[in-house]
Amino acid sequence: MALLEVDNLQTHFRTPGGINRAVDGVSFHVNEGETLAIVGESGCGKSVTSMSLMRLIPEPPGRIAGSIRFAGKDLLKLSDREMRAIRGNDISMIFQEPMTSLNPVLTVGRQIRETLMIHQGLDKQAAEAHAIEMLTLVGIPEPGRRVREYPHQLSGGMRQRVMIAIALACNPKLLIADEPTTALDVTIQAQILKLMLDLKRRVGAAIILITHDLGVVAEIAERVMVMYAGRKVEEAPVAELFRSPRHPYTQGLLGAVPRLGSSLTGTARRLAEIPGQVPDLRKPIVGCVFAGRCALATDLCRQYAPGLEEKGPRHIAACHYSAKGAVAA
Amino acid sequence: MTDTTVNPQSLPAGFVLAPQLPEILRPVTIRRGFLGFLRGHPTVAIGGALLLTLVLIAIFAPYLGSVDPTALAPAKRTRAPSADFWFGTDVLGRDIYSRVLFGARVSLTVGLSVAIFASAAGLAIGMVSGFIRWADGILMRFMDGLMSIPPILLAIALMALTRGSVGNVILAITVAEIPRVSRLVRSVVLSLREQPYVDAAVACGTRTPMIILRHILPNTVAPMLVQATYICASAMITEAILSFIGAGTPPTIPSWGNIMAEGRALWQVKPYIVFFPAAFLSVTVLAVNLLGDGLRDALDPRMAKSL
Amino acid sequence: MSLPLLQVNDLKKHFPVKAGLFSRKSEFVYAVDGVSFEIARGETLSLVGESGCGKSTVGRAILRLFDITAGQVILDGQRIDDAAPSTMRQMRRRVQVVFQDPFSSLNPRMRVRDILAEPIRNFGLAKSAEDLEVRLTALMDTVRLPREALNRRPHEFSGGQRQRIGIARALAAEPELIVCDEAVSALDVSVKAQIVNLLQDLQSEFGLALLFISHDLAIVEHMTHRVAVMYLGKIVEVAPRREIFAAPRHPYTKALLSAVPLPEPGAQRNPIILKGDVPSPINPPKGCRFHTRCPLVFDRCRVEEPVLRAAGAEQWVACHLEEGAPAASPEG
Repeated sequence: MALLEVDNLQTHFRTPGGINRAVDGVSFHVNEGETLAIVGESGCGKSVTSMSLMRLIPEPPGRIAGSIRFAGKDLLKLSDREMRAIRGNDISMIFQEPMTSLNPVLTVGRQIRETLMIHQGLDKQAAEAHAIEMLTLVGIPEPGRRVREYPHQLSGGMRQRVMIAIALACNPKLLIADEPTTALDVTIQAQILKLMLDLKRRVGAAIILITHDLGVVAEIAERVMVMYAGRKVEEAPVAELFRSPRHPYTQGLLGAVPRLGSSLTGTARRLAEIPGQVPDLRKPIVGCVFAGRCALATDLCRQYAPGLEEKGPRHIAACHYSAKGAVAA
Repeated sequence: MTDTTVNPQSLPAGFVLAPQLPEILRPVTIRRGFLGFLRGHPTVAIGGALLLTLVLIAIFAPYLGSVDPTALAPAKRTRAPSADFWFGTDVLGRDIYSRVLFGARVSLTVGLSVAIFASAAGLAIGMVSGFIRWADGILMRFMDGLMSIPPILLAIALMALTRGSVGNVILAITVAEIPRVSRLVRSVVLSLREQPYVDAAVACGTRTPMIILRHILPNTVAPMLVQATYICASAMITEAILSFIGAGTPPTIPSWGNIMAEGRALWQVKPYIVFFPAAFLSVTVLAVNLLGDGLRDALDPRMAKSL
Repeated sequence: MSLPLLQVNDLKKHFPVKAGLFSRKSEFVYAVDGVSFEIARGETLSLVGESGCGKSTVGRAILRLFDITAGQVILDGQRIDDAAPSTMRQMRRRVQVVFQDPFSSLNPRMRVRDILAEPIRNFGLAKSAEDLEVRLTALMDTVRLPREALNRRPHEFSGGQRQRIGIARALAAEPELIVCDEAVSALDVSVKAQIVNLLQDLQSEFGLALLFISHDLAIVEHMTHRVAVMYLGKIVEVAPRREIFAAPRHPYTKALLSAVPLPEPGAQRNPIILKGDVPSPINPPKGCRFHTRCPLVFDRCRVEEPVLRAAGAEQWVACHLEEGAPAASPEG
């Protein structure tokens, strides 16, 4: 059963330069315990999507439309008070930069405790004990001492562990991780990815992983949704997507990253370029959003926006030309 | 969003179209140019309009139904506001309306001059201490020393050394304001020096004077402009205080501080003598501060980058 | 053997840190602590490592954006670390830089034309106003930007286009070496590929040497001839691309390579997960600086600092496990 069902999500912003259609008609679902990755480049709307799920979009200048059904409730119809009860409790979020999302003047322990006291109604002693338990769970050495430390006393990797501990403290059903390892060094990223994989097995929360790093996606996602210019252009199980991407944008994206070890196997080649730039989302786009940069685009694409169609088992893409079942070029 | 011209019948079979979605926000009318900027930043518009009005009042003071602001009329002392004397008359029978209008000249002159001179001096000192390490220590300790004296006391002390004149008032307040400006400029310069484009300019062989002129100075303009408005406002208040306590503009020149000082003794029976100059001072300071706040928001690069 | 374009000998840069207002004790960040390498003409040497390892400091030292604490930087046989200002200005033309952040690396108040003309004028490269114009349009063509863009300001461009402007500015001086300080790290995947391809094309077209500073090992492998791996201000391994990626010798290099997630779902990898974090460069560990995290640590590592030793034809490793080979410095 789907834990989260998003239907035609639109998040627009009023800006002096026009209406920014940051997310425009995105539908997807997340099953219980599943990891969905949302992939795309900056400005594709992946972060705005996640902020919309948490209803963290300031209105105005923004506005969210569509429906976000979480465990049977439409989040967009809830009062602010009901939404606050869900945030950090049923759905929690970890961000890219742990330093700015932790309060610098409160100890780490207090920040975990407060979440527990607000949402779970624990008393101080119980919350403290649980906080230490959470820090142990995320692999922080000497948790009894660390609870009394402030965020600046911790390294970047430690802070991200603390963020994960806070996010998991209330046993959320859904965890939204927005670029959780982007700000970290590669050896620390390896630690955090391993932690996330371990925790996924032990905690069982569904995860929405937002990232631009295809390596991270391959590592922990089960299903992948590719976004471009505020729209979903492709969705497939992770192995299927990497093996036979159907949307020209996804193909371009996969061709644009060099593979480690390619110089040894003789598969080194010039990187595939996606020519041009992302379209300006403040102007209405006629036809396919990718037509301006696509080698296959025809007049049809420039005039009619393609809908998502099935290209293979559980594999959908929004392209007029990527044939059903055909192996991608 | 698909265009309304979509005609699904013209599509070959087997093509799927994206669903049509509604617009969820009213369209934005994009305003450009100077008027568009003012619509987008109402505080700038309001502050600017108020200030412009006051400047016009000051310039055209003789033609706005005023009489000689220094003309004594002992027979018409302390008249209440009326059709003849809009703001009433003071203890010497001088028309307060005329005195307030002419007083605007002093306030605005002092405010603008101090803003210009203090910014210029602060810019020079801040640049030097931001670029020359050994000078930085000396200059900043000296500025710290000056800053430890409240600006108003410093201005009073400086005025005590000289004769009261508008020029000396400007000089005294400027000296009192310089430390804060130079600190600001220095911090801006230090942060600009860390910018990669400055490093790139060094790598491009640009000499230090040119780096200051081309890469540092233009980028300090925006914060300086905002700071200058605050200096202007604070200078006008300081001028009024100096004049009020008799250490500022000589009593022969009508200034808002002078008028209030003269009305002080009669405050409880003839409040209008103090009220009108005070109201004008407040409105002027408010206008300048509104302008400053608006400019700060409009020029803040982080705001410009956001959605 | 021909003279290398750039030689760096035992480079050290220690930044003082203010301990406190009344503290007499002066502490230093040992950002770069004895680094030696060289770059041949037309060669790409990559400097890799995690944040705080000192790789960017090395790049900035070569550009002489500050004075170094000790060591030598020799460009084409001439020392530039202590060159007089007038000599230095002429030497600067030969080493240019492309920075990471395409937004802060261009002066927002200047037109592209003036940004590109700055090095040309400074180094007196244009003979006349017409020549300047010819050079400017040629630069725009080289970095594949439209010529009309010369009259626009940086904020009108996207990140990738700004990075092209940054590259054009570096090329304007007709340099022999370009320091690319995380030059593609801040860019989106598809734009990154465009810039990587552009840099490769330019290198073969102009015979440029590149010092490619990056933490992205896949891009490094794609771009580079040789790699130097840094950890806490020291080079732990230098080798040609093939050796580094096929047979890394230093435990840190091995861990670094194994930690990169591959864009291949289900790929069999056994990442070496290093414990803990990088120690502070203010108090680097005694002995081998990597010993606090090294999975193969033994007693000697904690007391004695390993030196770079030849471990192959062109491979140099600083690790006690690579004993047997005679100690030497990485010349050639």
